[in-house]
Amino acid sequence: MNRREALAATARVLGGSIVGAQIFLSACKTPEKKQAPFSADDIAFLDAVGEVIIPTTTDSPGAKAARIGDFMRVMVTDCYSDAEHKIFVDGMATLKERSRKQYDKDFVNLSGAEQHTLLSAVNKEAKDYASNKREADPEHYFTLIKQLTTWGYFTSEPGATKALNYLPVPGRFEGCVPYTEGEKAWAL
Amino acid sequence: MQKDSSSVNVNAAGVAKNTYDAIVIGSGISGGWAAKELCEQGLKTLVLERGRNVEHLKDYPTATTAPWEFEHRGRMPRKFLEENPLISKAAGFGEESAHFFIKDKDHPYVQEKPFDWIRGYQVGGKSLTWGRATQRWSNFEFTAPDRFGYGLDWPIRYNDVAPWYSHVEKFIGICGNKDGIEAMPDGEFLPPFEFNCVESHLQKKIKEHYKDRHLVHARWAHLTQPTELHLKQGRGKCQARNMCMRGCPYGGYFSSVSSTLPWAHKTGNLTVRPFSVVHSIIYDEQKGKATGVRIIDANTHEATEYFARVIFVNASALNSTLVLLNSKSNRFPNGFGNDSGVLGKYVAFHLYRGSVSASIEGFEDRYTYGRNPTEPILANYRNLHKQDTDYVGGFTTFVGAYRPRGAEDASETELGAPFKSALSKPGGWRTYMYMQGETIPKASNHVRLSDTEKDQWGIPLLVTSVGYDDNDEKMIKDFLTQSSEMLAKAGCLDISPYDTHQAPGLDIHEMGGARMGRDPKTSILNGWNQVHDCKNVFVTDGACMTSTGNQSPSILYMALTARAASHAVEEMKRKNL
Repeated sequence: MNRREALAATARVLGGSIVGAQIFLSACKTPEKKQAPFSADDIAFLDAVGEVIIPTTTDSPGAKAARIGDFMRVMVTDCYSDAEHKIFVDGMATLKERSRKQYDKDFVNLSGAEQHTLLSAVNKEAKDYASNKREADPEHYFTLIKQLTTWGYFTSEPGATKALNYLPVPGRFEGCVPYTEGEKAWAL
Repeated sequence: MQKDSSSVNVNAAGVAKNTYDAIVIGSGISGGWAAKELCEQGLKTLVLERGRNVEHLKDYPTATTAPWEFEHRGRMPRKFLEENPLISKAAGFGEESAHFFIKDKDHPYVQEKPFDWIRGYQVGGKSLTWGRATQRWSNFEFTAPDRFGYGLDWPIRYNDVAPWYSHVEKFIGICGNKDGIEAMPDGEFLPPFEFNCVESHLQKKIKEHYKDRHLVHARWAHLTQPTELHLKQGRGKCQARNMCMRGCPYGGYFSSVSSTLPWAHKTGNLTVRPFSVVHSIIYDEQKGKATGVRIIDANTHEATEYFARVIFVNASALNSTLVLLNSKSNRFPNGFGNDSGVLGKYVAFHLYRGSVSASIEGFEDRYTYGRNPTEPILANYRNLHKQDTDYVGGFTTFVGAYRPRGAEDASETELGAPFKSALSKPGGWRTYMYMQGETIPKASNHVRLSDTEKDQWGIPLLVTSVGYDDNDEKMIKDFLTQSSEMLAKAGCLDISPYDTHQAPGLDIHEMGGARMGRDPKTSILNGWNQVHDCKNVFVTDGACMTSTGNQSPSILYMALTARAASHAVEEMKRKNL
């Protein structure tokens, strides 16, 4: 994207605002309770959730191979506002608890089908919440998880180079080339 | 301890050691050109740069960094954003380019009205991160303020700069197509970047519906087919990576760092002094001219003076104005060359608030190869021969189409393999248009020195008092209406006009402050960019602009600089300087 296009496109053309990007415009400066750092269990949990959102398929590894849990930890810790951080952390607890209530098992120990069923339900709730919420209302925690998963995965080495077509140095530009349905998109 | 910058004692030997033929203040896009031209003419030239040194290749730490190698994948961490709310807004600013921008707290200024002053303090200045669009001004723009009564007449016309445009274009390398459009004159072009299929479609449709609107190939500072002259600079072909703002390892786009400064260095006549914050220009009343420049070392805070026969001021529009305002003497108590009182006034900028985005169906069997670092241009079609709107001035429209990844609503519909698959494929095409509009210079839109606050080098802070006016609002409205209509006629859908309401300055096209003009009573500089009342000082960056036109201004600064440097050398030969 060009320097100028970036102005025109940010937060509008490319699918809504990215959580955390507008932190400096936030009026809320009240310091919230400091969140505990992510544990190894948290990372493993997020890897498992990420893998359901973007699974390993025949042609490319999934989100776990992209170390998505660790990516989420870095982004939530370094880039999220305190309020967003809290939504994320509370969301993890909610999701873990829901797994135990519904299946009497930790999320990471559910079968693939169970994980998918559970997250599909949460995904639907997040979608419904998003379509009814007012602009100033906070995002649903699963929206944050999903956004970080897709962003982190497709900018990771396995995501960019295996799921997409990564071309660091094209060497030339051709404006109009044939595209056959099914071919991978460019990573950049 | 901060030293008193007004007390500098230099002995005769020190003066000789610190004496050059020419001093250039600033190493950005125009300062680099001043250095190149003056050095080539055999002048021992000192370039003063307030920031650190940046060398081509060596100082591009992110030039080949993969996306996953950035800790935050390009995003700046929250702490940085909180500490740097201003600079973080700059287009293209991120983890890959942050090292080429200032940090807010190091360089405060006073915003009397909201004004985002975007700066890059290093050798090369903002030429490392510039937008690279390089259309020529047309005679319409040089004459419009006078013809339509909204500003001072320029002391020069298109014909005065046309040969210098050619001179600059051949050296820096401009891609483009000769389109024969009066509102955007042709130049010396390398082959253009191709349109993609949707851009070709837009061009055809706009041509069908509007006989006076021309969507043409980008004119951009990229080497699509380097000439011998470019290869001699050590630069090569643009590789279509579109990662320009990191610094280009191929020298594919022009910057001072990749081109003019190394070229000047090869003459043996160039000295660059980084970390040199210019305090003021020294005026000698007996001689009736400027004799040198006083600097404060950015690190030691020590004051030093350098001397030369000619001084080029290329510190960027507002910083050049600041230097002049702070150069006070018995002769010039209100700032250098400011008998007229217009120094710091008539600051203007480019109107960037309006954009329109849309989707377009079809073309699904077409894609692109490589990443186009340029954008097609719809030449200005407003207020050319006559005023045909309820406002004055015109606008250039940048246009583009692209095919983003993923089905539009994939992110909201599902999870798992189908979701992954949808996001791994190209989605539908999207298009956009955004404006670069002329604004009217006004005395009330001004900058001045703070009476009370100083920076860490003891230099008064700049106060910015620059805002929008009714003319701007009318132009934005017209742009949004016209652009939406063109996209509709081209068959686009979901057409969304948008006004960012961003503060002036974020366009990074601030201009004026020391405007050119024929009359010393109403302007600071003459038609050769010389200070009317002190001819051995030249100001050839954005500060000199009498009006803003609607074309991207950087290449005009370069052309004016080369023209002024040539004039300076001739005048020195004639013993007039």
